[in-house]
Amino acid sequence: MPVPPGHVLVLSLLLFGVGILGVLTRRNAIIILMSIELMMNAANLNLIAFSRQHQHLVGQVFGVFTIAVAAGEVTVGLAIVLALYRHFDSIKVDDVRLMKE
Amino acid sequence: MALLAGLQVIASRSPIHSAIGLVTSFLAIAGLYVLLHAEFVAAVQVLVYAGGIMVLFLFVILLVNLRERSVRRPRPRTILQAATGLLAIGAMLVVVRRGHWADVQPGAVTDAGGGNLEAVGAALFTDALLPFEIASLLLLVAMVAAIVLARDLRREEG
Repeated sequence: MPVPPGHVLVLSLLLFGVGILGVLTRRNAIIILMSIELMMNAANLNLIAFSRQHQHLVGQVFGVFTIAVAAGEVTVGLAIVLALYRHFDSIKVDDVRLMKE
Repeated sequence: MALLAGLQVIASRSPIHSAIGLVTSFLAIAGLYVLLHAEFVAAVQVLVYAGGIMVLFLFVILLVNLRERSVRRPRPRTILQAATGLLAIGAMLVVVRRGHWADVQPGAVTDAGGGNLEAVGAALFTDALLPFEIASLLLLVAMVAAIVLARDLRREEG
């Protein structure tokens, strides 16, 4: 079943928008990380869609690298969340304001 | 489907429900990869995202979130932030709508003979060998960094 690339682009855009809304409105650090993952997925979807449209495999290879980078990023991010929780007893990003004081 | 699950990620109050929405979204996107003839990326997506990353998220949620109080007072800043996000979405939608995507029709699959997995593997180990090694190094560095960051310094000193 062929999927028109324009529709994939719109879907990926909406996913990216959901991620942006999540990052901007939520204050839970874990949910912010999840929203960042959503945005990474949207970007990846674009890569695959263009790889399909141009009949070129580089997009898919790049998608695999994106997934690897996302895995590393979420590992470090969750470790930072754990360290924050130990330090502040909270994972709300509003509670972390060391730089302000 | 992916979109609804993504909405659940940012809308639900408990992080566990958000995680379930996230894994649904990942699986839906993996199905979309299959439809786009990217079977290898779909498999990697299921393994890495729906397997590894979700387990990581759930571990941290269970470690951190046991006594999470769910107070939620409406803040005027939230409306401003949501408006900013919606503005960004609208801008991107305009850009996508003005592009000429319809000109290029999805043609026949050129890599149908050898299979997608084989083709991607060959490209990965020939053209993209250096990025491949760099990615492995990056994962190693991320692993070491996560261990160093998550170590409990106070407990070790005491």
